[in-house]
Amino acid sequence: MPMQFSAQEIIETIRMVQMENLDIRTITMGISLRDCAHPDLPVVAERVYDKICRVASRLVPVGEEIARDYGIPIINTRLSVTPIALVAESAGAGDYTVVARAMDRAAREVGVNFIGGFSALVQKGTTTGDRALLASIPEALAVTERVCGSVNVGTTRAGINMDAVAQLGRIICDTAARTADRHGIGCAKLVVFCNAVDDNPFMAGAFHGIGEPECVVNVGVSGPGVVCMAVKKEPDADFGALASIIKRTAFKVTRMGELVGRAASAKLAVPFGIVDLSLAPTPAQGDSVARILEAMGLERVGTHGSTAALALLNDAVKKGGAMASSYVGGLSGAFIPVSEDEGMIEAARMGAISLDKLEAMTCVCSVGLDMIAVPGDTPASTIAAIIADEAAIGMINAKTTAVRIIPAPGRTVGEVVEFGGLLGTAPVMAVHRWSSAGFIGRGGRIPAPLQGLGN
Amino acid sequence: MPSGTNRIIVTVIGRDQVGIIAAVSAVLAEAHANIVDISQTTLQEFFAMIMMADLEQATLPFADIKQRLNAKGEAMGLRIDAQHEAVFNYMHRV
Repeated sequence: MPMQFSAQEIIETIRMVQMENLDIRTITMGISLRDCAHPDLPVVAERVYDKICRVASRLVPVGEEIARDYGIPIINTRLSVTPIALVAESAGAGDYTVVARAMDRAAREVGVNFIGGFSALVQKGTTTGDRALLASIPEALAVTERVCGSVNVGTTRAGINMDAVAQLGRIICDTAARTADRHGIGCAKLVVFCNAVDDNPFMAGAFHGIGEPECVVNVGVSGPGVVCMAVKKEPDADFGALASIIKRTAFKVTRMGELVGRAASAKLAVPFGIVDLSLAPTPAQGDSVARILEAMGLERVGTHGSTAALALLNDAVKKGGAMASSYVGGLSGAFIPVSEDEGMIEAARMGAISLDKLEAMTCVCSVGLDMIAVPGDTPASTIAAIIADEAAIGMINAKTTAVRIIPAPGRTVGEVVEFGGLLGTAPVMAVHRWSSAGFIGRGGRIPAPLQGLGN
Repeated sequence: MPSGTNRIIVTVIGRDQVGIIAAVSAVLAEAHANIVDISQTTLQEFFAMIMMADLEQATLPFADIKQRLNAKGEAMGLRIDAQHEAVFNYMHRV
């Protein structure tokens, strides 16, 4: 039987993997913990540990097997679980840190580097479990290594819970203080969402939504390097041609996600959930979203034109990816985390990009203000106001937005915070010095917008 | 396996030299992997050989064959990779 591929096609694939950092960013197994509820909190923790270890025991070996068989690097294998506020609530009020510790132990036991789901959904108000979880976040993120938390504070349908927003400003400051010896790294594991999605495979915001099955496999693809090289090859292409180049590349990248997701699903005998089309950068050279925007003709990311360039990129990635997979979901868009993107780090260091420009860029991409370090003395009300702005963008535009911000203890603008590994390097960025305290102090809920009345 | 077949694509990239095809064929023959097609091309200044092999009757698992090919490549100063055919099917065929 003759080979059905041309040499050019085969070399293209090999080049993408070996030279342009094409990889599968994460295989994330979602596990329902709804059956772990119990009136006694230590029993909840024990059940959580046992179930995760039982259900996820083969995840890491299967990931390694797939990476070997297909020759596609799989960077992370991770877990997402039912929001713990729901799981632990039948135990009433109390310190849910014991559950976070159980998640951390289980993650270590099965060999995943992160487990998401120390979470609560409070867009319209809080229950006993939600309040206990919120109160436990600073301690839980300080004493665990692999646990990630998230809180959904708004939706297009519900509006924005401004009491929760104000509280999260304080929680973020407290979390930074408790991990001050590690530059406030606890905050890097906490995401505040508007319109959070149930099937996001990416950390730190992953949780296993309440409409999800017992267990599911979701895949996050990557490949900013592949897109960047494709864009660089056509410096004179007009915007139509540019969009087309990105679409074709995104299609190919997403097909790898589809292949890996289906293989993992078959090997684990777990349903295949979704492929998340996000372009997710890493601090490595040649794996940057910022560099794609610069390859389009911007001298530095953050300058005028960055929002338009990102809008084109984000849309073309979705169009190419949507056809490549039978189930697209998660966040699906370009990520613009500052500390995790080599091009963003450089732009922030030289002052080319500001918090305000990043906020504007989040209007046209997924997901939000991500991995941004601000001065350690930033008031909680200012952090809450940053969250409120971002949540408003999500609420009005019916899209997911998020904030992952680190008030770096003892640091000021111009200094740099080194988190290391995938979390990267964060230059401390300036915030506005005028107070938002009066606004944040009002309390209550911002009503759902007209956009929420879609029926 | 999503593809349903058990074929692999072996790629050899490096400087051209005597005995490349013989060496790769020998590794595959030892494992009873049947070569179904070979092509070669040049990629910039480098030589690239592409081989498709069927593992239906193979006596060694894919992971072992791949490892032997990698080792042979290192010994010859070449980069030899093997990937399941499904990777190329998924990426280049709708």
